[in-house]
Amino acid sequence: MNAQERILARIREALKVSAPKPGSHGHGGHGRDVAPAPVFAFQGRPVQVARSWLPPGGSTPQEHLTRFAAASAELKTDFRCVESEAEAHAQLRQIADAEGWARVASHHSPLTDAATTALARPTLFTDGGYVPDDLEVCDVGITTCDVLVAQTGSLVVNSRTSGGRALSVLPPHHVVLARKDQLLGDLTDAFQRIEQLHGTHWPSMISLVTGPSRTGDIERILVLGAHGPKKLTVLMW
Amino acid sequence: MNVTLFIPCFVDTCFPQVGMHMVRILERLGHRVTCPEAVACCGQPAFNSGYWDEARIVADKTLHHLRDAEAVVIASGSCGAMLKVFYPQLYAGRPEEAAAQRLSEHTWEFSDFLVSKLGVTDLGARFPGKVTFHDGCHGLRELGIKSGPRKLLEKVRDLELIEMGDAETCCGFGGTFAAKFPMISTAMGEVKCASAADTGAEYMVSNDSSCLMHLQGLLSRQGKPLKTLHLAQILDSQ
Amino acid sequence: MSNAAQQFLEAAGTITRNLRHRGLIQTALRKYEVARDRKKSAFNDWSAARQSAAETKWDAINHLDTYLTEFTSKIEARGTKVHWCPTGPEARDTIRGIIKDAKAKCVVKSKAMTAEEIHLNEALEKDGFEVVESDLGEFIVQLRKEPPYHIVFPAMHLTRDEISDLFERELGSAPTREPEELTMIARRALRKKYIQADVGITGANFAIAETGMVSITENEGNARLTSALPRIMVTLLGIEKILPKLEDLALFLPLLATAGSGQTVTGYNTLYGGPRQPGESDGPIEWHVVLLDNRRTELLADPEQRDALHCIRCGACLNVCPIFRNVGGHTYGTTYSGPVGSVITPHLRGVQEWKHLSNASSLCGACTEACPVKIDLHHHLLQNRRNAVGDSPSWIERLAWRAHAFAVNTPALYQFGQEVARIVEPLRLRLQGTPLDPVKSWTRTRDLPPVAPESFKEWWRNRR
Repeated sequence: MNAQERILARIREALKVSAPKPGSHGHGGHGRDVAPAPVFAFQGRPVQVARSWLPPGGSTPQEHLTRFAAASAELKTDFRCVESEAEAHAQLRQIADAEGWARVASHHSPLTDAATTALARPTLFTDGGYVPDDLEVCDVGITTCDVLVAQTGSLVVNSRTSGGRALSVLPPHHVVLARKDQLLGDLTDAFQRIEQLHGTHWPSMISLVTGPSRTGDIERILVLGAHGPKKLTVLMW
Repeated sequence: MNVTLFIPCFVDTCFPQVGMHMVRILERLGHRVTCPEAVACCGQPAFNSGYWDEARIVADKTLHHLRDAEAVVIASGSCGAMLKVFYPQLYAGRPEEAAAQRLSEHTWEFSDFLVSKLGVTDLGARFPGKVTFHDGCHGLRELGIKSGPRKLLEKVRDLELIEMGDAETCCGFGGTFAAKFPMISTAMGEVKCASAADTGAEYMVSNDSSCLMHLQGLLSRQGKPLKTLHLAQILDSQ
Repeated sequence: MSNAAQQFLEAAGTITRNLRHRGLIQTALRKYEVARDRKKSAFNDWSAARQSAAETKWDAINHLDTYLTEFTSKIEARGTKVHWCPTGPEARDTIRGIIKDAKAKCVVKSKAMTAEEIHLNEALEKDGFEVVESDLGEFIVQLRKEPPYHIVFPAMHLTRDEISDLFERELGSAPTREPEELTMIARRALRKKYIQADVGITGANFAIAETGMVSITENEGNARLTSALPRIMVTLLGIEKILPKLEDLALFLPLLATAGSGQTVTGYNTLYGGPRQPGESDGPIEWHVVLLDNRRTELLADPEQRDALHCIRCGACLNVCPIFRNVGGHTYGTTYSGPVGSVITPHLRGVQEWKHLSNASSLCGACTEACPVKIDLHHHLLQNRRNAVGDSPSWIERLAWRAHAFAVNTPALYQFGQEVARIVEPLRLRLQGTPLDPVKSWTRTRDLPPVAPESFKEWWRNRR
């Protein structure tokens, strides 16, 4: 028996005796945090039921925008919702000037190609491979995203269509170019969309990014830019 | 109702006034109170130490004397939890299981009995003073007692209730824990007493005499002015 | 008393006397509580969320063989190498082998409590590899050559000044009181390591069976960097990390973040499904996933405590535990501290050696109340005590409890005992504080209540 068989055999042996289901040990008595009777519908539990206990994400596109903006403010994500791609490019140029971007990193896609052209700065494209030291000296990584989430103020990047694993996390500033119709209500929606986009051919990495990099490891004081980007900007139109 | 009082050994020996107040309150409400002489311990000390067989030696006796009681009322959340929550576990799969289950259903901690069973919150009591309430852990988390004592205290005339930040944090008694890990027990008690003192209250009140024994012990040793009282003492004040 | 128990008592004594240390921990954990309460109240129904999570983990653990098999076959289909390791030493040797075969020199690591559990770093360093912890808290305690203080906040016991001194000593940096500057010092030190490292080692928070992926939760981005640039990636996780479906993350990510650190979700929650795939521009060429048993199957075989395997390692139970708050994480002397550590350590490392952790609790139940997956933690501590006695009872203690039972069951003896207590009280008070004090574990810091002149039962009898 190899190790896998050994471990599986131990598991099967252990599981011959059943364990009590949760909520049946009845702690907490009456009056305090009384849980509802165990629902016990496992997979295939309707999405609506799940939503009824998670933090709300909003139900209309306008609510989604408001929620995402509020979450971004709390996270210190620089969220800019503009009217057109041209305006997004104008904002991008503004930020580039303000921060003095010398080198830009990005990947090829309709949105990023247009944006990097508009920026007209030396650009490293990570598609097809790159030298990590070259990415390390870039001031910004500009990517698209799969979906954004109002409930949490998050966005999703992946290793295949967002320029690889490092582009969105190594440079000190991550800029995301997004369309309004990519903004969904909650994580449940987001995971469904991710499955639609990638379910037949999964990228090796999919990351839910929520705000710039942060740490509280020193006296529980919030510091941005621990290892990942210190700044996260979302340009949406 | 016929109310059977369970008076644990430390209440019997060191805090008899708590029992006396309970008797007076219940009799004033028109109930007949009895107290079986032979019952002195719920068996929790041995149980908590992992000696369940030895705990059953004590619990057998207690179960025997209380099995037919209409209502068993206890001055302490921890002993109350032992009868209500842990006896059914202690006797699971044994011949006494049904009796333990029945006893569990007929047992109440004192404040819970007044508020949940009798539906009484106003006992006509008067106690001028600033008071803060300590939630004994067993009462709070095993028996779900939180609002009951506060509803009772609300109705006490001239009493000002100020909640402390750490009302629900364990005081550090924990039964044999207090003797086996005295430095941790003491540290926890200090945090509790400091939280109570911060409220400016003159009295720290609880529904569990074992917690109070530990906290008063700390306060007396440190010469602190804060005084401890059992809920029954306040509710019987005129 | 076991060595571990002796060390625990000594360490507990030291920390409880250290008011500064206790104050630091209380302050940190109160900040956590405020953040957690805010995020908890953002849930539509926190209670229902916990119940749903408990049910999902029950499904996962009680069908563990099915889900582990599904997870493995899906992740292998994308070119991942999965290693099943029944014991800690086997897992260590597997990882050492991978690194040796890779002819690696430098290893960068993100947070993995399972790696602590199997003492991986020491083994790799003995082999001559440089292992760099990338999580800021872990980086700090690694420099101090001490274990993490808390499973989520490894350096919560240190002040900024202590960290500044440490960096000055070990990295030659200029002293500073600013957390931001200290963080930048660590960031700069680690930059090169991410790029130069041959191997990146990570842990994992969840293993998704449905899609064959692991999910890593973090705030700093160090795990993302650890898994982006090195050519070999190794992920170590316990077999109990299984979640059945991808959509389960919609519940578990907010639950973990809320209970663990008072956040809606953490900064980066990343799914990894394979090594670099065709068409991808970076990522490890090889990815090894090491599945660790290390006696988890023994805990699985205990149906009463099987739910301890539902643990998502959020740390909430540590944060609310009044014992943890007053003795701190290092006192426990083992990888997993706090309530969950006290529950599982006897199973993972031996009952008699580690039963004292289950005894060092007032059974207040705050842990059970805080647990986002509703593990019956404090009752498990009680069961551990019973199991330890069943396994190896102390005859002295057994005798003492029998004597106690006899005394309380025999009214005449009980009353006699009360009389004696009343009579000897003046003598007891005289002995208080001396070596002859029979109750000195109590009276060292507390007074005992006086024996009442008339017991309740005496009063009751006289009333009739």
